[in-house]
Amino acid sequence: MSESRTIKVEALTRVEGEGGLHVTLDGDVIRDVKLSIYEPPRFFEAFLQGRPLTDVPDITARICGICPVAYQMSSVHALEQALGIRITPEIRRMRRLLYCGEWIESHALHMHLLHAPDFFGVHSGIELASRFPDEVSRGLRLKKHGNELLEALGGRAIHPINVAVGGFYRAPRREELQRLIPDFEWGLDAAITATRWVATLDFPDFTRDYEMVALSHPDEYPMNEGQIASTAGLQIDVADFEREIEEQHVAHSTALQAFRTHTTDDGNTGDATCYHVGPLARIALNFDRLSESARRTADEVGFDASVRNPFQAIIARGLEVIHAYEEALDILRDYRPFRPARIEYTDQAGEGCAATEAPRGLIYHRYAVADDGTVTAATIVPPTSQNQRQIEEDLRDWLPRILDNDEDRIADDCERLIRSYDPCISCSTHFLKLTIDRRPQ
Amino acid sequence: MSTPVQQTLPDVRPRPTLAVFKFASCDGCQLSLLDCEDELLSIAGLIDIRYFLEASSHFEPGPYDVALVEGSITTPHDAERIREIRRQSGYLVTIGACATAGGIQSLKNWADHQDFLRTVYARPEYISTLATSTPIADHVPVDFELRGCPINRHQLVDVITALVAGRQPRTPSHSVCLDCKRRGTVCVEVAQGIPCLGPVTQAGCGAICPAYDRGCYGCFGPAAQPNCDSLADQFLKTGTGSRQLVPLLRNFNAAAPAFRDAGNRVAADSMQGNEA
Repeated sequence: MSESRTIKVEALTRVEGEGGLHVTLDGDVIRDVKLSIYEPPRFFEAFLQGRPLTDVPDITARICGICPVAYQMSSVHALEQALGIRITPEIRRMRRLLYCGEWIESHALHMHLLHAPDFFGVHSGIELASRFPDEVSRGLRLKKHGNELLEALGGRAIHPINVAVGGFYRAPRREELQRLIPDFEWGLDAAITATRWVATLDFPDFTRDYEMVALSHPDEYPMNEGQIASTAGLQIDVADFEREIEEQHVAHSTALQAFRTHTTDDGNTGDATCYHVGPLARIALNFDRLSESARRTADEVGFDASVRNPFQAIIARGLEVIHAYEEALDILRDYRPFRPARIEYTDQAGEGCAATEAPRGLIYHRYAVADDGTVTAATIVPPTSQNQRQIEEDLRDWLPRILDNDEDRIADDCERLIRSYDPCISCSTHFLKLTIDRRPQ
Repeated sequence: MSTPVQQTLPDVRPRPTLAVFKFASCDGCQLSLLDCEDELLSIAGLIDIRYFLEASSHFEPGPYDVALVEGSITTPHDAERIREIRRQSGYLVTIGACATAGGIQSLKNWADHQDFLRTVYARPEYISTLATSTPIADHVPVDFELRGCPINRHQLVDVITALVAGRQPRTPSHSVCLDCKRRGTVCVEVAQGIPCLGPVTQAGCGAICPAYDRGCYGCFGPAAQPNCDSLADQFLKTGTGSRQLVPLLRNFNAAAPAFRDAGNRVAADSMQGNEA
């Protein structure tokens, strides 16, 4: 007979957000795994109603201080669809440049300060810096470049002020962007070196059979445009997102959980299943559209579209940082100030939706606006609510491999797995209480 | 912001202990500490970071010499938690608009809370929240407040280094207008007729919005002695309607008293058809 025991860990750390993990065991049989999220709700979808649509990119940025650009990009594209606005190729390119800044900043932060410490048994990036001063300093410098790009184009790094429905409030002056080029030339090489470094980490042997979901675009690595594709053969327009994905409200979470509905043409739904979004999914579906240096580095470190080990997402983030540097450099070198900075439009009633790729994965927004430009409805599906059920499923598979360890080690190993998703439970506090109830057999 | 901060002189030892706490917020203000890429490793040498969940999986129980508090109070549990944190903290600094004024989520103070719950959640009975979002100073005494949505990381470094040196931290309380003049930015209100909260908003952001051809939207909250009524009247006279003005006053510092009162007055006048 197994002994009954309960394991409690007070905090999941080095993630953005507040949640808890509750595992119920009968002996060594896992009865239940609940990743509970109890960050205080902030009701964005409610108070967007009645606001002028021009406020939406500023307000939705405040959902997340780590990936505000993802919220801004998704909301402006959705609103432009509602209003029938067609942006110019110049504006489109500058939005990709802005997203490059956020990917670099967010990925460099996660790789060096949040995730890498797990592989060396240290508690923080600051502690890691005493053992790997060159690697951590390089990571901080990469992160700084991302922020400097956001500042030059967006006005500031956290909650940029230059993003508008229709484009930008002001096109950057040529020298504002050109002065970034020397740093970005250094950064491209540094990102390759950093990716080589994370590829040498000691990864647990843990491969999953995910349905990977990401945007997919025929000509470019996806950021702001494309169809929604999956490794199980899904290929739909963004407008069909809500037909294929449903959000459910479960008792243990203030975040809604998203599922694939498997809706058939006659409108029937099959069994809901979970899916995986994020850098591993993007690479799985768009590997050949990564930049040349990113593909070359992937070949060199033995990484390709078939990787399904969640712990190796750190390598995928490295490859995306290389891609973002290379694409940003192309845009920076050719940059000329453009007019108009913003497409003029007249308010009209309509509805629009858009999906973009946040650093943590697919993000979906839908808005309805009235003829006076007031928002009448808003729906936002962030990446972490899509990954939440997948993380629970991963933990069910992961726990049997680690149950022989002591409680502290089990808890640490659960945290490591959750952290590999870079969950942005965020937008709120940071507690993951892990409780394991062991029922006697 | 509604309760005057204590502005007490810090009484901290060399290499003071530091804790970072979070309530309802976006994480952006505590991220500002990690965004001090050039200073982060030196700061970590000056202070003993004992509790910072976003950055470290090692944490120690209080008491702490200095606490940085991000976020507003929106749940019964958090109203209790901030009291315990106050008891554990020698010098408590609120960081950002959520902690100092209630944040964007204070918009629910104007709405039917139950309506909000039903809009977002299919099963509202699972959710436990208060009807309001309130700043930290409404619940416990605050020693220093750092404004902004988000805060300015240079101001954060200044506060930390002042505390380490045993100095009273200081941040400027003049308006954004002064910083536009220093930056050489042509006034967007005067030259382009764009409504701008710069005259009544505290400096600290670097006056970035007018430099990008848009009006200030008040991220740093009311400046010292703001004349919001006069500014609102001027906007109404020059063609900015209440439909534009009320949301401008009611955003990231909506519940800061000076912005709250001005927004309420413009909204009430417009309901009564008194709009100029």
